[in-house]
Amino acid sequence: MFLNYLPTNFAALEVGQHLYWQIGNIRLHGQVFLTSWILLGALLVFISLGTKKMENDPKGLQNLLEFLWDYIRDLARTQIGEKVYRDWMPFIGTLFLFVFVSNWGGALIPWRLIKLPSGELGAPTADINTTIALALLVSLSYFYAGLSNKGWRYFEYYVHPTPIMLPFKILEDFTKPLSLSFRLFGNILADELVVGVLVFLVPLVLPIPVMFLGLFTSAIQALIFATLAAYYIGEAVEEHH
Amino acid sequence: MLAFDFFCTTEGGLFDINATLPLMAIQVVALTYILNSLFFKPVGNVVEKREKFVSNNIMEAKNKLSEVEKLEADLLSQLQSARSEAQKIVSEAENESDKLYKEALELANNEANASKEKARLEIENQTSSAREQLFKQAEDLSELIVNRLILKK
Repeated sequence: MFLNYLPTNFAALEVGQHLYWQIGNIRLHGQVFLTSWILLGALLVFISLGTKKMENDPKGLQNLLEFLWDYIRDLARTQIGEKVYRDWMPFIGTLFLFVFVSNWGGALIPWRLIKLPSGELGAPTADINTTIALALLVSLSYFYAGLSNKGWRYFEYYVHPTPIMLPFKILEDFTKPLSLSFRLFGNILADELVVGVLVFLVPLVLPIPVMFLGLFTSAIQALIFATLAAYYIGEAVEEHH
Repeated sequence: MLAFDFFCTTEGGLFDINATLPLMAIQVVALTYILNSLFFKPVGNVVEKREKFVSNNIMEAKNKLSEVEKLEADLLSQLQSARSEAQKIVSEAENESDKLYKEALELANNEANASKEKARLEIENQTSSAREQLFKQAEDLSELIVNRLILKK
């Protein structure tokens, strides 16, 4: 009986259902934009509060933002290198902040309490469109970084150290965005599903450690995404001798 | 049924890719520019200004420290030379006072010796004169005795 009961209620978690917005003849996943606007709005408010009155002796929020800035700079500098990390730091930092805020916002805020006509609110990064968008932006940026830094010599990278590497390097250009997007999507969606199922089955106590694990995973995924993006850009601008 | 819903429906599904993707990409690019002007630039300016300030201060402090060390060494050598000079002066003064003392001692000794000699000579003189007188008196007395004895007879 229980086994019969489970799948129907699993479906009640509304996996793969979306709140569609129709604009002209294009269709959007409304719930993704709604949550991302709320979370990014909160992020921007937080940041503008922290940077409103910048002082030489940091206090309160400014301290936190400077710590964040330093963290992102270290990330970008170690992966991209001293020479061009400055150009890419805002992009890497935005990726990190966007993914982090989306993941944590999705995990911490009880979105399920807000009823939508279709689908449900959740982490924007649990939607494949978002993660593919981010991954493609990373792909575009490392191509741009390589081409703008080294010109056509960028393509030497494909035959480095031997031309045998050529097919593998070309394949890598496809696997990089694929792995980036699916890693993030899979982790966040899986976390949401696990928490959702556990909350449904055992509403007390038991989901809490899993929720903490989910927060940990979310932070780690944001770090992994930003670090890999920086690493790919660093790989593209690296000089081979 | 469930798996079917996951992947294969024309409407919805987990892998339903539509215009959300490019719009989300545009949104992230816009967010990059907004965060750059709102967060990365201002915070970066402040942090880098402070880092420059701190490194300048450290440099300055290092310079000052080396200056202090130089001055200290200078002072130490000056102190050393002053100390040795003082040592020299003290030993000179000691020598001089020693010399003076010896001279004075010799003078005093000589004087004492001279007066001792004088006194000895005087004593000798007086002894000899007293002896002479005594001899003379004894002679006189013996003459008297002899005269008396002879005259009695």
